[in-house]
Amino acid sequence: MTFFAADGLSINFGGIRAVDAVSFEVREGEVFTIIGPNGAGKTTIFNLISRIYEPTGGRLVFEGRDITGVPPHRIAALGIARTFQNIELFEHATLLDNLLLARHAHKQSGFLGELLFLPSVRRMEIEHREAVEKIIDFLDLQQYRDSFIVNLPYGARKVTELARALCTAPKLLLLDEPSSGLNVEETEDMAFWIEDIQKILGITILMVEHDMKLVSAVSDRVLALNYGRLIATGTPQEVQSHPEVIRAYLGG
Amino acid sequence: MRFLFKTAYEQDIRLFRDNIAAAWYGILAVVVLLLPSVLSGYYVGEITWVFIYGICGVSLMVLVGYTGLLSLGHAAFLGIGAYAHAYFLQQGLPWVVSVALAIGITTACGIVVGLTALRMTGIYLAIATLAFGVIIQEVFTRWESVTHGFAGMAVDSPVLFGLQISGVSPFYYLCAAVLVLTLWLTRNLLRSPTGRAWVAIRDSEIAAQSMGVNLAVYKSIAFAYSAALMGLAGALFAHKIAYLAPDIFNILMSIQLLLLVIVGGLGSLHGAVLGAIFVALLPPTIAILRDSIPATLSEFAGATGIGLIGAVGRALGEFLRKPGVEAGIFGLILVLVILLEPLGMYGRWVKIKLYFSTFPLYKRNTFRRQKSYMRSERLR
Repeated sequence: MTFFAADGLSINFGGIRAVDAVSFEVREGEVFTIIGPNGAGKTTIFNLISRIYEPTGGRLVFEGRDITGVPPHRIAALGIARTFQNIELFEHATLLDNLLLARHAHKQSGFLGELLFLPSVRRMEIEHREAVEKIIDFLDLQQYRDSFIVNLPYGARKVTELARALCTAPKLLLLDEPSSGLNVEETEDMAFWIEDIQKILGITILMVEHDMKLVSAVSDRVLALNYGRLIATGTPQEVQSHPEVIRAYLGG
Repeated sequence: MRFLFKTAYEQDIRLFRDNIAAAWYGILAVVVLLLPSVLSGYYVGEITWVFIYGICGVSLMVLVGYTGLLSLGHAAFLGIGAYAHAYFLQQGLPWVVSVALAIGITTACGIVVGLTALRMTGIYLAIATLAFGVIIQEVFTRWESVTHGFAGMAVDSPVLFGLQISGVSPFYYLCAAVLVLTLWLTRNLLRSPTGRAWVAIRDSEIAAQSMGVNLAVYKSIAFAYSAALMGLAGALFAHKIAYLAPDIFNILMSIQLLLLVIVGGLGSLHGAVLGAIFVALLPPTIAILRDSIPATLSEFAGATGIGLIGAVGRALGEFLRKPGVEAGIFGLILVLVILLEPLGMYGRWVKIKLYFSTFPLYKRNTFRRQKSYMRSERLR
């Protein structure tokens, strides 16, 4: 059974083909990275996978199931979580509330039960807090637990985004430029966490990244994209030495 | 400064922060219970308005403060609740059934408005709800078989389980109890997944969606719940005002309700109640001042022999008697609050509390926010 596959994925914005018949497959348990110059269509692929954009062609398969027609709010329940390139946290809520919201796909309570805060809702709330606390421990966020996001520094927000995605208990994690805006030290931490997420939590990672050092440190396979077209796939070394990729980055 | 050392998840989800906070609310409850026996009927009646406006405040706070949806037509929901309740009482239905039906009707209207408003945000939603408010006011005027148009509708004092709630104090207690119930139910929602989904929609729709929140469903729930509370407030409003006329539920009323939540402080239930105190007690305060200022100052002028003070007092009294002064003062305060204290009365209260609990180490910059980082607005 295919774990995750994009098959001839395309989208047009007006006359622009942002993604042009891109096909790739992500194997369970690996770190798969998409690289490419600015405007190559990397984030657009992510937005297609999380169903924010409607593809004009092709299909997406997750765990043997066609997810091309699934509404965007159902994606999390299927087991696909994502982070955003430009941090999209709930700024006027605490870090804890941000992470708890990520448990939304796993809630079992109805409106009336919540209105009266029945014992079942209370039990469920405690269960969610236990799940969230494990992620807080995993990513060392204890000191920010009750802070409002507006008061957190950029680096901590970036980690919070990662934590929030993990709290949905995903099978496939989409990381949109996890190292953008981070300093060298924070990027190294991020590399360790990505490895831990893959090895300890056993979550498959699909990542968009520019920092080639990070890419070659953590990726099993890399896909290079230019003008919405796939130009190379393979191991990080293979892709980096591919003549098309060098041309895309350096011109000529 | 007290630091809360949490050892169980229960402490995160309890109603009050800790026992000390619970004790303060207990004291407040006792004060509210004792007020009617201390104050004269006039003041008890005015404080009853605080409770009714408090329910309206909670209603609008859910929509504007927590879900981030603007409504300029909430007076219409208040009116629908009031008229529906008055109509069902006239048909001879028991009080509780009538209130329940009024809530049901406003909820249905809330869902309808919510569904049409799903594709709109910000200023467009404000205009759409404004239009809704104007339409409903017109309906109140024209649908004479139910609302009696400008002839108006008299509303008797409530009869609860065979018990006539007449007089100022019993109605005061009824309104207080309903407000407490409203606050409790809303707090329950806010500390469970629904409340978090509302906050998520307010702060980032796209992230909320990716985390599994169905935007259409939760926006509709917010509208429906907000409308339901407005209906409940409307029923009490009808009794309080005793005589319904269509021009009560106009755009100015909607703006006053919006002013309530903004002055109180967006995004907190405390703000809803503080704003209600402000909105309900400002008009009587102005009324008292316009009588007492000239009197006190002329007395003072008589005692000191400075005629100018008496003249100033008379001029002030005259000014406060001019039509539109009340609306002007409301507007002025709204502008000042937005300029000087965007977090509202509750924000100011938090700052004062922090000042004393950290004395003498309080820093003004504690509440200064860093400019927010770039966000992908274009994806909305």
